[in-house]
Amino acid sequence: MKFGVVVFPGSNCDDDAYHAVGSVLGQPVEFLWHKSEQISGCDAIILPGGFAFGDYLRTGALARFSPVMQAVERFARRGGLVLGVCNGFQILLESGLLPGAMLRNQGLRFLCRHTHLRVETTDTPFTCGAHEGQVLKMPIAHMAGNYFCDASTLAELEEHDQIILRYTAADGGTVDYTDPNVNPNGSIAGIAGICNRERNVLGMMPHPERAIEAGLGSVDGLVILNSMVQSLMQHATASA
Amino acid sequence: MSVTQTTQISPEVAADHGLTPEEYARIQKILGRDPNITELGIFSVMWSEHCSYKSSRVHLRRLPTQGKHVVQGPGENAGVVDIGEGLCAVFKMESHNHPSFVEPFQGAATGVGGILRDIFTMGARPIAVLDSLRFGPIVAEQGAGAASPEDIAQNRRIFDGVIRGISFYGNCFGVPTVGGEVVFDSSYSRNPLVNVLALGIARRDQLFFARARGVGNPVIYAGAKTGRDGIHGASLLASAEFSEQSQEKRPNVQVGDPFMEKLLLEACLEAMRTGAVLAIQDMGAAGLTSSSSEMASRGGMGIEIDLARVPQRETGITPYEIMLSESQERMLLIAERGRETEVLKVFEKWGLDAVEIGRVTDNKKLRVLNHGELEAEISADAIAEQGPVYERPIAEPHRGAEPPLIEFSARSIFTENFRRLLASPTIASKEWIFGQYDYQVLTNTRVLPGGGDAAVVRIKGTPRALALATDGNGRWCRLNPHLGAMHAVAEAARNVACSGARPVAATNCLNFGNPEKPEVMWEFREAIDGIAEACRELEIPITGGNVSFYNETLGRAIAPTPILGVLGIIENANRALGMGFQQAGDAILLLDAAKNPPSTEQQRRELSSSEYAKVIHGIESGEPPRLDLAEEKSLVNCLVALAAAGAVASAHDMSDGGLAVALAESGFASEGLAAQVDLPAAAPFEAELFGERGARAVVSARPDFVSRIAEIAAQYAVRAQRIGKVTQGEFRIQLNGQMAIRGSAESLRQVWKEAIQQALQPE
Repeated sequence: MKFGVVVFPGSNCDDDAYHAVGSVLGQPVEFLWHKSEQISGCDAIILPGGFAFGDYLRTGALARFSPVMQAVERFARRGGLVLGVCNGFQILLESGLLPGAMLRNQGLRFLCRHTHLRVETTDTPFTCGAHEGQVLKMPIAHMAGNYFCDASTLAELEEHDQIILRYTAADGGTVDYTDPNVNPNGSIAGIAGICNRERNVLGMMPHPERAIEAGLGSVDGLVILNSMVQSLMQHATASA
Repeated sequence: MSVTQTTQISPEVAADHGLTPEEYARIQKILGRDPNITELGIFSVMWSEHCSYKSSRVHLRRLPTQGKHVVQGPGENAGVVDIGEGLCAVFKMESHNHPSFVEPFQGAATGVGGILRDIFTMGARPIAVLDSLRFGPIVAEQGAGAASPEDIAQNRRIFDGVIRGISFYGNCFGVPTVGGEVVFDSSYSRNPLVNVLALGIARRDQLFFARARGVGNPVIYAGAKTGRDGIHGASLLASAEFSEQSQEKRPNVQVGDPFMEKLLLEACLEAMRTGAVLAIQDMGAAGLTSSSSEMASRGGMGIEIDLARVPQRETGITPYEIMLSESQERMLLIAERGRETEVLKVFEKWGLDAVEIGRVTDNKKLRVLNHGELEAEISADAIAEQGPVYERPIAEPHRGAEPPLIEFSARSIFTENFRRLLASPTIASKEWIFGQYDYQVLTNTRVLPGGGDAAVVRIKGTPRALALATDGNGRWCRLNPHLGAMHAVAEAARNVACSGARPVAATNCLNFGNPEKPEVMWEFREAIDGIAEACRELEIPITGGNVSFYNETLGRAIAPTPILGVLGIIENANRALGMGFQQAGDAILLLDAAKNPPSTEQQRRELSSSEYAKVIHGIESGEPPRLDLAEEKSLVNCLVALAAAGAVASAHDMSDGGLAVALAESGFASEGLAAQVDLPAAAPFEAELFGERGARAVVSARPDFVSRIAEIAAQYAVRAQRIGKVTQGEFRIQLNGQMAIRGSAESLRQVWKEAIQQALQPE
């Protein structure tokens, strides 16, 4: 099993993702340069946070055209696990691997803070180690994390159980998504993370790789990363 | 080949460049002829106050710069300190005050960019940024000299722009902004202070220096193209006062591109790893001029460059403009001849321009060609090292009759005053600010902003962590610059120690008015002496920093504001402490290293200079609290020992707002907890509650640890007095059993938490 962490020139959470997978989970991991057209040998891909090409244009708008993204798209269509975090999520939206778009945060300011997320479904390779309704504490840090889609897309996301994580209160109870204390960036329906119809591509704004050691304030990011390891291992066993 | 002589330089042209007649005569003497316009420009920026330190140099020599951890003191791009295991901390603080007033967003953004380049120029990867910020009031105040509504509106705009600028640059670059401090005071209306401290980590055997080596080695220009921005930023912008027309200086402000800087960071560090880079310096203030002449001068070599090869944003830029441009995100490197392609390839990989623009020579001259024509030829030492040095006249300011001191209140209940104090923007929660900074990227942040007296970042691959704090009280320095400056050192050291770290080195930013005024130079000299004394006594050498003079608008200077940034080492990162209480039922102790309590009259004088006196009574008078460096040292050692022993759960020093605010903040930092204490009060209640005397800290601990704490404290001659306990629900301070402050912890927290955001809401 091997993880690949994509490195765009302006990625700045690439080292953190590498550290989380390599040093904390103890799994093999390698960097994938954005000009690389090959990602063979990887069983899971992480698109890390940052500002891939500066993002002075729309976030992720340039990154989607990089050679590595063509490879990631092929990999995803073949069922490979792809996790996009923050800027990675934005790139997945731009590349069409996930539906919807990212707006600037309500309030038009960069937001860095801990958030609480409710696991809406455990039926994904990214949340199979969680229990439904589990509340995870993870930080966000972004300028454009206000997820938006039209009503029919939202209905489809809900119908197909593609909303994986929603912002919530610390006790997991609140569903008032107009409250900026709960839903800080104003995302539609409090969406913090969605997957594709095939469930192998997850985009999320909060940073699991920043919540992996008690000394950093939370270890809940491990729920996501360990779920990926677990499902990859099951897959390997099944196909062995 | 003789130097191109285009226009005749008149005394007026020299004066327009900020050069005095004496300085111009000196230039003529050095050259043995008249300079041409390019040479005049080169001298004018390099001999500007900002680049040459001509007014401060004679005083800065008195600062202690040696210590057992110091690898590199002042004189390089940043200071370097050994932190063990073959690693070094590379850190420095710099001001960007003038640009941030003229154009707050870009001024602050490029302030962050500039100091980051100083760090990675040394071969270090930046891992943390702190900002020490001063703004004029953003809410109406009382007292003499209170800001006008126009000033308040402008201060809000500057404040917002600066925070957005820091956020924009640091977040994109990918360095966490982990701490610092923010003070609002009318002294900084129309003259904000933006001092940025950056910290990086390098391997000790892979440090890089800005010293040219090896005749014939190629000089490589890398990074952003040169444009016409920032010309004379260092001379006309940073080395002059502001007037009504200052907005016209906006073209002197540079424009920042953090994505470009991120590319430059990665490319430089990767190029350094090839082993083919011999020397490197960023193009900061005075751009290509300073980087080329300083590298030549430091290395005892010469450098020859041809401007025609410099990547340029547009056509028609003159040699003068190229040499003086302060376009951001540029580097000058010297590579080993024969291996230059290894370096160039790395920059190509990162999509950056990298061009050989010249070579190292042995004639100790800076020779500037343009398409082969000689545009400038000057001794590198003359530009970089032999600038004028002034012993400016010094005169103690005449102080009129002392403004009235605070009258101690006969009342015993101070809850309402306390509430107002918590809502003062200087004391209120800074969450509105740091919530806009990415403070967690790189996953090293052990103590979050607002969570402790110092920022703490762990060092991956080692058991250690580093702590950093910045401090400096302008009001105290105005009343007594010597004592005020000593407090800046002592408080920063105390803050670092509260996090469990042993202070090992410091950087500073010295923000003052116009040095041509004898009264300002007096303040400067006094402050330097205060810093030197405190740093010697506390064994904290200064490894670098900068001086920012001419912080004056319309002839009115800021309060003298020396900012100290102290770095500390925590041996065991898991023992790092925040200020927040951990558990209801824990004991609260007051650590106090003072041997003799001050007299009531002394306390009155001290309280008159406090944040409390300013906010509640509109009084800024009296003097800063008495300071005993031996006591401060005892407290620092005691705090480090307590943290190392794992004896305490939280530690917080006494700062703005005194003991009452310190207790409240320790509760606010861990939502839902509060303090209930009873103090044996010897002095008037207000002095006990709100006095800002140092050498004290509030710690909390499990009740069964109290005796262990007392034992350790006794070893350092520090009194550890149990004053109460951590509770939930109600915040309460009693003095001799009599209620002094009482309120719901949650309602007090709301006041404190929302004050800044409310101040900025449109009315």
